[in-house]
Amino acid sequence: MLIDIHAHFLHDRSPRADWQERNASRLRAGERVGITVHVASILGSWGLTSPIYFPSPADIEYGNAFLLGLQRSHPDRIRGYCVVNPNFGSHAEAELRRCLDGGMIGVKLAASRRADDALVDPICQVATKRGVPVLHHIWQHRRREYPGQEASDAGELATLAARHRKVNFLLAHIGGGGDWIHSLAAVRDLPNVFVDLSGSGVDGGMLEACLDAVGAERLLWGCDVTIDTGWAKLRYLERLLGGGDLELVKWRNAARIFPPTAFPAD
Amino acid sequence: MRLDVNSFVGSYPFRRVPGTSSDALLRAMDRVSVQEAWVTHLPGIFWRDPAAGNPWLYQTVEKHDRLRPVPAVHPGLAGWERVLGEAKAAGAPAVRCDPTYYGIDPVGSGMQALAQACAAEGLPLMLAVRLEDARQRHPNDRASELPPSSVRALIRIDPRLRLVVTHADRGFIEEVHFGSTLEESGRIWWDICWIWGPPEDHLATLLHTVGVERFVFGTGQPLRLPETSVAKLDLLDLTAEQRAAIESGNVVTLSKAKGPKPKLSSTPSRSLP
Repeated sequence: MLIDIHAHFLHDRSPRADWQERNASRLRAGERVGITVHVASILGSWGLTSPIYFPSPADIEYGNAFLLGLQRSHPDRIRGYCVVNPNFGSHAEAELRRCLDGGMIGVKLAASRRADDALVDPICQVATKRGVPVLHHIWQHRRREYPGQEASDAGELATLAARHRKVNFLLAHIGGGGDWIHSLAAVRDLPNVFVDLSGSGVDGGMLEACLDAVGAERLLWGCDVTIDTGWAKLRYLERLLGGGDLELVKWRNAARIFPPTAFPAD
Repeated sequence: MRLDVNSFVGSYPFRRVPGTSSDALLRAMDRVSVQEAWVTHLPGIFWRDPAAGNPWLYQTVEKHDRLRPVPAVHPGLAGWERVLGEAKAAGAPAVRCDPTYYGIDPVGSGMQALAQACAAEGLPLMLAVRLEDARQRHPNDRASELPPSSVRALIRIDPRLRLVVTHADRGFIEEVHFGSTLEESGRIWWDICWIWGPPEDHLATLLHTVGVERFVFGTGQPLRLPETSVAKLDLLDLTAEQRAAIESGNVVTLSKAKGPKPKLSSTPSRSLP
């Protein structure tokens, strides 16, 4: 069993003419790697009709609906995070209700509002009530503002996680660029923050540092937009970890923090 | 046979990196079935005289048949031509220069002179676009990335010049390849370590559009996990011939030489298994 907890799919109302090819490529590569389930999100229109990280309510609804459709058409292979924009609070709550009732298994917060902002609290309250984790997009050590997103770093996620101890948070793509050393230090002592290993970064020493900071019990395997780097990290983890710990990272930790019926083998 | 053209020994100044000794590098090579690696002295890249790390590099590779030296040359320092001579005498398969890390103009007079000298000596010149993701670099690690325009300019300096460019992504490679004549682009080899696999499939695209013959196996280890470059290839549907070309065959073409690895005491450059 291998669960990719950070995947994405594209759709017909995104800027990518090759969206079907990319989706097929993800599934094809997943078969080769041995990915049992892709837990994915769709960030609105991927920039076509509203910004990727500031998606409009209409784009959010379309993206989430498309992902629900994928989940239905690949019931053994695809699961969804419900994307919401905290700036549209009532819409976010309604969308969470619709998508979680429809079978999605988590919440995706990208970079529409800083993680420690009070507007994020109602979303976390829904996550608490529904027993689903929150995958939060993170810029590893944000040293300045970056255009196109109101990115959070691990310090801000830590503040949010301390306010919502019953919610499990996934610190997104530790290998996704930025200073992962800063991030690991920020969440080391927060038991409800899990580190998502995805991202194109494959730095020597990064996996050892992750294990040192949070242990195998709080690591989750994932790929994001580069399955090759995900597979590389998995292969190296097979050298670093014993069987039990490796299984934690591959799927058991995910099975523990997502709803009990989230995955086929559960 | 799998040959890594892009590896390092020695410590990295901006963060702790495990496995920087030659013994650790060999263990990592065993882990991913790399038989031979071209190695550079990593800390030297950040020294005022990068070539000062070359003697240590030569001594280190002399102890290990599977390692071959890629010494550093700083064309802004007097006597740099001597470094090329030493490289040839040591059987180096290439020399490297990372101008932005040295703080010199990537297409300035020094680089032009180095390109001409490498061409005349028949030594491939290696350049790295980057060593780490720009978003994660230490606040004091401010060298700019190698611009694609500099590679286009360098390859035009001498028709005998051969370049090996490491750590380039798809956009960089396309800009250089399609911004060069067929003759020019046919003298540039790219390592695969920074090119994305699926689902974006950048490597698959480049192998189709640029050509299998232009790519060589490189990892960037120990700064990067060497498993990555192997995984990229495992995710492609390559024929055995295509895979062999990337993993070692294209390096033979690049090196235009055959024969056993020479020892440090031998003089003329030759070689590649």
